[in-house]
Amino acid sequence: MSLLKLSHVSAFYGSAQALFDVHLSIDEGQVLAVMGRNGMGKSTTVKVICRMLENRGGKVLFAGQDLANVPTHRAARLGLGLVPEGRRCFPNLTVYENLIASARPGAWNFAAIAKLFPRLEERRDQLSTSLSGGEQQMLAIGRALMTNPRLLILDEATEGLAPVVRQEIWAAISRLKNETNMAILVIDKSLKELGTVADTGVILEKGRTVWSGAFSDLTPQITDQYLGV
Amino acid sequence: MRKETILNACVLLGLLAVPLWALSVDEPFIITLATKAVIFAIAGVGLNFALGLGGLVSLGHAAFFGIGGYTMGILASHAQNYAPLMEWPLVIEGTKSMPVIWLFAVLFSSLAALVIGALSLRTSGVYFIMITLAFGQMLFFFMISWPAYGGEDGLVIYVRNGFPGLNTLDPIQFFGICFAILCIVLFLVSRMARSSFGLALSGARQNEERMQAVGMVPYRLYLIAFTISGAITGLSGALFADLNRFVSPTMFSWQTSGEIMIFIILGGTGRLFGPVVGAAVFILLEHMLGGLSEFWHVYLGAILLGVVLFARGGLIHLVAGREVAHD
Repeated sequence: MSLLKLSHVSAFYGSAQALFDVHLSIDEGQVLAVMGRNGMGKSTTVKVICRMLENRGGKVLFAGQDLANVPTHRAARLGLGLVPEGRRCFPNLTVYENLIASARPGAWNFAAIAKLFPRLEERRDQLSTSLSGGEQQMLAIGRALMTNPRLLILDEATEGLAPVVRQEIWAAISRLKNETNMAILVIDKSLKELGTVADTGVILEKGRTVWSGAFSDLTPQITDQYLGV
Repeated sequence: MRKETILNACVLLGLLAVPLWALSVDEPFIITLATKAVIFAIAGVGLNFALGLGGLVSLGHAAFFGIGGYTMGILASHAQNYAPLMEWPLVIEGTKSMPVIWLFAVLFSSLAALVIGALSLRTSGVYFIMITLAFGQMLFFFMISWPAYGGEDGLVIYVRNGFPGLNTLDPIQFFGICFAILCIVLFLVSRMARSSFGLALSGARQNEERMQAVGMVPYRLYLIAFTISGAITGLSGALFADLNRFVSPTMFSWQTSGEIMIFIILGGTGRLFGPVVGAAVFILLEHMLGGLSEFWHVYLGAILLGVVLFARGGLIHLVAGREVAHD
């Protein structure tokens, strides 16, 4: 049984329809890449999964449970950990405080996060605003992991980061994939790096799933058609 | 050691030194002023827990200050008149024991804060300010129209309540009690601010949606903070009533809520010792400027304007600079 399954999902911002027919599924321990050009509904799909936006049509099932009418905080407690686009760390809290503020019981604690991102240990008592973009992204990932999720969602995992820092983030995602049984849904524009971690993929176009399958089945023709500029 | 930590230590030592000096030169009035500053500081620390940490701008905290005060007044007046509070189904007597009165003051004010908070926190921003103000004024007018406990004239308590092993009528000993309570409250608030609850509360103030996305319910965090805040302010109300041996509906008035907020703004919103500095400066200004003119609030207003315009982090910010992490 899939850990997360979206079938025929539609969603609206007010009266404007943003998602028309999105379907995807991800199993425990799997990495799913969600791809698409800007404005095609990737982040909206994430919002629907995390219950920041209600779907009007279709179903969102997580661990067999229908998430209809489930509030955001309860969805998070069910095991959905979100690393939002733009990081959004709490500016008035230190690195340690950012992590502790969202902690829930489980294997992920400060020591485990420090092992994954040693830089966070070094910056432990610094305010999050004094961190570089890459460090803030590590903190945002750490904060989501501190909730001990079953599914980690990374929205624009490496957007705007320097190449060296991006490598660190991808290495961390790879470690998470190899060393844990956590499912990971990752949104990013870099197909090359996605290819190193993703088992499966979906492509969204104008709020619809237009392709899904094993990531290795992604051909240049498909990427040119749906992801090319 | 950080500048702010040193400043905080100096503030506490200063608060302790002034009454000790007054004792040595036989100026009991100064000790009473210092006691008043300490009690107001406790009220401010209470409000600052909700305002500074949770961003809850409450203009109704006088309600909890008044509930604490009237808890003391009602229990003590029944004890001094040897008339039980109720006879059926249980006989409940009044009391002159400070610890028992504090316990009830904390209990009743936290219950009131829980109910008021549960309703008020369904709103936010200016509506939250107005609804808390409305609750405060409701209780103010209720006390005015309750003749059993003095109505508009208030209630005079002839004897100061007792504390085991101490002579509470001695100004310096009563100051010692209030100072010890302030230290305990500061310690507890600083621990709570650094706990996962305090950090989550601070996070919710900064970004509610983000906090929900990690499984927290901001409403619950705010409600717990508001209740704790009300309990601390209620305790200060009971001490204030004991200091004056008098309670009146003025304790519930919106001016009292405004004054508690002024302590925080003067000293520094969200800074642990902000309300302590603010209350001390307020009492000092009241004493010094009040002697020059009965319209001393005009000068206070000018100072407050200066702080808001030129030192937005309050007096602590002026001396110790920006908050670098939780103290």
